[in-house]
Amino acid sequence: MKINLIIKKPNLWLATMMILLIAATLYSQSGSGVKYFTRNASASFFSEAPLEKIEASTNSASSVIDMATGNVEVAVLIKSFNFKKALMQEHFNENYLESNKFPKAVFKGTMPEFKTINLTTDGKYTTLLKGAITIHGVTKPLETKVLIRSEGGKIFAETEFELIVADFNISIPSVVRDNVAKMVMVKLKAEFTELKKT
Amino acid sequence: MKKILRFVMGFAGLWIGTTPLMYAQDDLLSMLGTDSSQLKKEPVTGTFKTTRVVNFPSVVNTAAGVLDIKIGHRFGFVNSGLGELFGLDQSTVRLGAEYGVTNAFMLGFGRSTFEKTLDGYFKWKILKQTTGKGGSPLTISLFGSTALKTQKTNNSDREDLFVNNLFYTGQLILGSKITEELSLQLSPTIVHRNLTSKPSEKNDVLGIGAGGRIKLTKRLSLNGEYMYVLPDQISSEFKDSFSVGFDIETGGHVFQLHFTNSTAMIEKGYIAETVGDWAEGDIHFGFNISRVFNLKKK
Repeated sequence: MKINLIIKKPNLWLATMMILLIAATLYSQSGSGVKYFTRNASASFFSEAPLEKIEASTNSASSVIDMATGNVEVAVLIKSFNFKKALMQEHFNENYLESNKFPKAVFKGTMPEFKTINLTTDGKYTTLLKGAITIHGVTKPLETKVLIRSEGGKIFAETEFELIVADFNISIPSVVRDNVAKMVMVKLKAEFTELKKT
Repeated sequence: MKKILRFVMGFAGLWIGTTPLMYAQDDLLSMLGTDSSQLKKEPVTGTFKTTRVVNFPSVVNTAAGVLDIKIGHRFGFVNSGLGELFGLDQSTVRLGAEYGVTNAFMLGFGRSTFEKTLDGYFKWKILKQTTGKGGSPLTISLFGSTALKTQKTNNSDREDLFVNNLFYTGQLILGSKITEELSLQLSPTIVHRNLTSKPSEKNDVLGIGAGGRIKLTKRLSLNGEYMYVLPDQISSEFKDSFSVGFDIETGGHVFQLHFTNSTAMIEKGYIAETVGDWAEGDIHFGFNISRVFNLKKK
């Protein structure tokens, strides 16, 4: 009975919300400008401790750039990292990164000066990348420089930065403190092509 | 009542209205569609810390190109009193090595001071436990070993033939990493002795083993194993093997510290010749040390 009553009478609350809903839908669609993407970007990291060099890489990182805003997202599956030593890979997944609990490393950010770069002609540019990186469930701000190259309708991007292992709640037991370095150098390299909606 | 309903509906509207907004801001990556890598079948790793639960072969194999040096040590029975420093005065040792030919096939050998026995074995992963859609919930391995007793038997009635000192073991290992913390395995086993110590004993001994581990921390786990030997096969003086212990992993090493009623560290010994009785305090303190070396770069 009471529900009927509400529908019969014009409801200001509900009307407002409906307008908001429509507006939001429109807004989200308006954001769908040109995007560039990759599913096989290479990601690698390197660290050197007194007793051991740790190196791993993957070629299955995903990334999307929103050409209208310069927003960038990158995701890497932790399990996809390949080590030279099998046991190191197992310990990396099991003990350090806990890849079952935290399967991905994700970066979300933006290139504030991206719009000033003219990517329609071939050329090389260096621009700032600002955002936040989430590894092992911990999000930390990250600022680095990206080398961008445009060539034949593709965008090539390269960046490197250092991460402090302890920042991401990854503890290094004292028995292996000479085997596992506190700092890790990360490199990303990607070839983006335009994302065409099907 | 009307007011409450309006309020609720208003909230619902707000929620529905803002959802696409958040979505649009949040996820550029979602435009790439379903992440195919998440559906991919991935082999489950780290079911156990090493290739042995305590004495039992675990479902874990040494990786391809990896050499694992094993040092097994059992002190005497803890109930042997202060005079024997509760067993610490005595010891039996097994030195061994394992090598991963491929990720699914490994070979191993060892020598035990107990009866001066040599042993060689293989372990082949027939099926790997995998994550992802349609993945296998189990790892199934086939294990086979041959042991040769080289200690001379002082039996003048019988010629000490080479074949009399041979022992064979065949085992199927069905294991599963059930959760990140809990792994279990079952191992139906047959041991064949060319010659038994008594005529009343069977040459073929059937048993079924159960082993498991509970991870206490990332680098420490509690392990246990029990071998049930089917009745009327071996002399009543022999008991079922039961062991409990801890695995401590420190990078390239795994230290296993345990209590067991078995003296031998090889299959034919702990399955068919365990004399210790837990109830009587015939318990060995012991340890295994495992150290891996990468012989081949992946």
